[in-house]
Amino acid sequence: MRYLPLTSDDRVAMLARIGAPSVDALFADVPESARRSGPITGLPDHEGELGVERQLKALAARNVPAGSVPSFLGAGAYRHHVPAAVDHLIQRGEFLTSYTPYQPEVSQGTLQYLFEFQTQVALLTGMDVANASMYDGSTACAEAVMMANRVTRRSHAVLSGGLHPHYAEVTRTQARWTNFTAADAPPDVDGAEDLAALIDSNTSCVVVQNPSVFGHVKDLSALAEACHAKGALLIVVVTEVISLGLLTPPGEMGADIVVAEGQSIGNALNFGGPYVGLFATREKFLRQMPGRLCGETTDAEGRRGWVLTLSTREQHIRREKATSNICTNSGLCALAFTIHLSLLGEAGLTGLARLNHATAVTLADRLAKAPGVTVVTDAFFNEFTVRLPCDAASVVEALAGQGILAGVPVSRLIPGVPELANLLLVAATETNTQADIDAFATALGGIV
Amino acid sequence: MSALKFTKDHEWVRIEGDMAVVGITDFAQQQLGDVVFVELPEIGKTLESGKDAAVVESVKAASEVYAPIDGTVTEVNPALVDDPSTVNSDPEGAGWFFKVKISDPSQFDALMDEAAYKTLIAEEH
Amino acid sequence: MAMNSTGRGETRPANDTAAATATFTGNRGLQIEESLIFEQGQAGRTAVDLPAPMTTATRLGKVKPRAAIGLPGLSEPQVIRHFTRLSQKNFAIDSGFYPLGSCTMKHNPRLNEAMARLPGFADIHPLQPVSTVQGALELIDDLAEWLLALTGMAAVAMSPGAGAHGEQCGMIAIRAALEARGDKRSKVLVPESAHGTNPATAAALGYAVESIPATAEGRVDLEALKAKLGPDVAALMLTNPNTCGLFEGDIVEIARLVHAAGALFYCDGANFNAIVGRVRPADLGIDAMHINLHKTFSTPHGGGGPGAGPVVLSEALAPFAPANAVVRGPDGFRLIEHPEGQSFGRLKAFQGQMGMFVRALTYILSHGADGLFQASSDAVLNANYIMASLKDVMSPAFDGPCMHEALFDDSFLKDTGVSTLDFAKAMLDEGYHPMTVYFPLVVHGAMLIEPTESESKESLDLFIGTMRHLAERARSGDAAHFTGAPRLTPRRRLDETSAARKPVLRWRPTEVLDEAAE
Repeated sequence: MRYLPLTSDDRVAMLARIGAPSVDALFADVPESARRSGPITGLPDHEGELGVERQLKALAARNVPAGSVPSFLGAGAYRHHVPAAVDHLIQRGEFLTSYTPYQPEVSQGTLQYLFEFQTQVALLTGMDVANASMYDGSTACAEAVMMANRVTRRSHAVLSGGLHPHYAEVTRTQARWTNFTAADAPPDVDGAEDLAALIDSNTSCVVVQNPSVFGHVKDLSALAEACHAKGALLIVVVTEVISLGLLTPPGEMGADIVVAEGQSIGNALNFGGPYVGLFATREKFLRQMPGRLCGETTDAEGRRGWVLTLSTREQHIRREKATSNICTNSGLCALAFTIHLSLLGEAGLTGLARLNHATAVTLADRLAKAPGVTVVTDAFFNEFTVRLPCDAASVVEALAGQGILAGVPVSRLIPGVPELANLLLVAATETNTQADIDAFATALGGIV
Repeated sequence: MSALKFTKDHEWVRIEGDMAVVGITDFAQQQLGDVVFVELPEIGKTLESGKDAAVVESVKAASEVYAPIDGTVTEVNPALVDDPSTVNSDPEGAGWFFKVKISDPSQFDALMDEAAYKTLIAEEH
Repeated sequence: MAMNSTGRGETRPANDTAAATATFTGNRGLQIEESLIFEQGQAGRTAVDLPAPMTTATRLGKVKPRAAIGLPGLSEPQVIRHFTRLSQKNFAIDSGFYPLGSCTMKHNPRLNEAMARLPGFADIHPLQPVSTVQGALELIDDLAEWLLALTGMAAVAMSPGAGAHGEQCGMIAIRAALEARGDKRSKVLVPESAHGTNPATAAALGYAVESIPATAEGRVDLEALKAKLGPDVAALMLTNPNTCGLFEGDIVEIARLVHAAGALFYCDGANFNAIVGRVRPADLGIDAMHINLHKTFSTPHGGGGPGAGPVVLSEALAPFAPANAVVRGPDGFRLIEHPEGQSFGRLKAFQGQMGMFVRALTYILSHGADGLFQASSDAVLNANYIMASLKDVMSPAFDGPCMHEALFDDSFLKDTGVSTLDFAKAMLDEGYHPMTVYFPLVVHGAMLIEPTESESKESLDLFIGTMRHLAERARSGDAAHFTGAPRLTPRRRLDETSAARKPVLRWRPTEVLDEAAE
């Protein structure tokens, strides 16, 4: 078998040195009732690459890749163009097949890119310090709330009605089982919610997404002040990180913790994972941060180098008292992010953000021309909410039949609420062409 | 300056009037290695003998420091915030952790004297 | 204070600038010194050429466009060179033997990478209409079926993002099940030798964690366990084989005792590689187990992730599984996206680590039942070969055979002036990544060697020869060779003390640093 180097002769020689009669003898501690001397029955045997490829390709062929049709899906995952260099670099064996930098002397590659990643995230978010990644934006959001609870010694979070429903559910699940409370606000479709009124002396944090799940972009400075006046923290969630190339960053609006989904930079859609969670905060909260941290230092010859640091916050040292149980995070996705952002640079990211916004503005204007269709979101980045004159989920199904991926019906994220049934979340990125926009608008006009 | 008394958990205590000054011993700092951070209790906190009072961190470990006697925290050592290495360089002097207002003076008498502590660490070592 | 012996060891190396390099660039042949991108960038440079925007109109409302971000600009040649040079400073499975105990650093097949990149998997959005992603849902279901067949369990939650996340999933399911039957229990039992994620997970869920000691043979002390089991114990979290690399032979009895006390049995599946395809955890009596796809099923470690931690569950725990779930029906596959019935909620946005599912299924189909059986057999054989070949010059922590990893303590280094850490650093110069050190905590100066099935006998023989050489060298009094190691790696030992005392966690432009210094 191509992945197993030992030969039968090897095994015989090795057993002789061990002094065991057979490999089975090495499993003597396994209880009789559970012991097997051969493979589990009823399962197929090994296959060569050709056979495996056939099976996998057959499965892949039954999916419609978003890039093969006009596609306007967002709601927390965005289709962007990733330069060819990214995938080549992350597949270098020294990146792909290395692990956590426990031995920094032979892990300076990983440690240096993590340091660059941490810097990039701090710059993008306008915050002081960032960690070396979380699993994704949704778990980073829940971890941010738990951190706010530790910092404020309070245990009640207020979640905006513009927060991605999956993120809110993940946070509520953590709340339920790790003993804090999280109050939801009603879905903030029109972007007018007043969260300040919900803050009191029991509030540890307010969690708000910008741009919101409905696309609204806002200045959060007043909300930040309202939080701080009551001793609460402001947590800002960003699900489309390209927006940070154009909008005022949360750090400049008074955020205490910023979490984001980094997928848009360097990482493909991948049907929802693996993604990369970004986590940034202020210097004063450093020791309450979850996740790994890479820090600069020098070696015995006085040369600059990097190490994992402040490990005493983490599970392998603090065990029960750790800031989080996270161990493996999202290294390779963070590397892809770092490489892509290095390729973009300041000019590239700001240009890309403007491109996304312009495409979305063009699309919004075009869709609004369809009879009975209104664009609900006044100010947006690259995603907005459209109100259709009929059920949005049905429209999406019908358009899928016509070869157009029209966006995400709000009912997919928030089912069973009639007032939301006609709402559609539509995103546009640099990958959408004028022809895509025309096709979508024409088809939509034909259906509604 | 009165004599130091010790706990079996390697804390030392020194009386200053109705206050007790608390730190960790030279043996403890040697075992810990380079101290990188000290988490000190809040002023006003009530401490219970034998329970958690502070945390001292090296690179690879975080160790609880226990309160040697009951009391209320009146002062913490600001030097440790800026330079935690003081715990290594002067553990029984400038590297003190916190001061408590003593609630039960008899507890101090019950602690080990220096000779008894030296015997303890010789056995452990 | 609580004396914690793992804190020992130098974290600040002695200065050794006498050995400093003598080239103009500081480079040493193929070892290129590489500065940060922030130190190389220039305004106006970019490696991405963008088309003109469709319009200059904006719709930003009251939000102002941001001022400068501060990101460096580089061209594509510079970026490729930068990251290529970085990669050359990393040790990896592709470069050499990486026997990190408990991490299962097996070969990462390249077919996995090719399949994961098929547009039909990589370029699908998690919220596309379900009719357009039936192949993806079938793949998730196929992988789930394999995991159920290999473990003998009743259900599997696919969404957790890594092992620790899986632990949380399993433990929440346990707590949910207990509460559903009106049973409020406050404690979780964890062996002393457990991985740190176990108590961290239990404590986060509000449980008091109590330790169970090990016997002199390195297994869970059954008597101690019996004494601690009671009506206030919610669960036992056990790793099997355990973190000492030993199979818990009493596990069926342990499961019986746990269940008799009304508690549930969580198994940490980090060491599944020892028994995959050969022993089904369900036959051992467990209720939940997370599987590290990046360990047992070869999805790449990636420098620290991404991983995936699906959790297999018993019949009793199945109803509590979190969203998302894929359900096979007569008309195709459907997705359960909103927690239904007794589901405990949602752990992560969207479906789970699809990219890792593709890789894991590719690996499983490549191996088949016979290949997986052979893989775990070879993993255990390789570890025992190492144990048998080193036990006379190093000190095994426990007598007798091991499973897939061999555990040594540092008694063979007694009075040499060489610590476990020093020994590991000397291995770096020999071209090896050291084994896991100082874990498990129950063994002094632990050295945990996990070769995996991917090593050839030639590779093992060279490793054995090297370890024998180093052990003899340490005992012959050549401590300086070890305490000054490594000397040949891209960096010598690094000052972890300063990194923790004065954390520098990002680059800042020098003007800012100068201002701060004033």
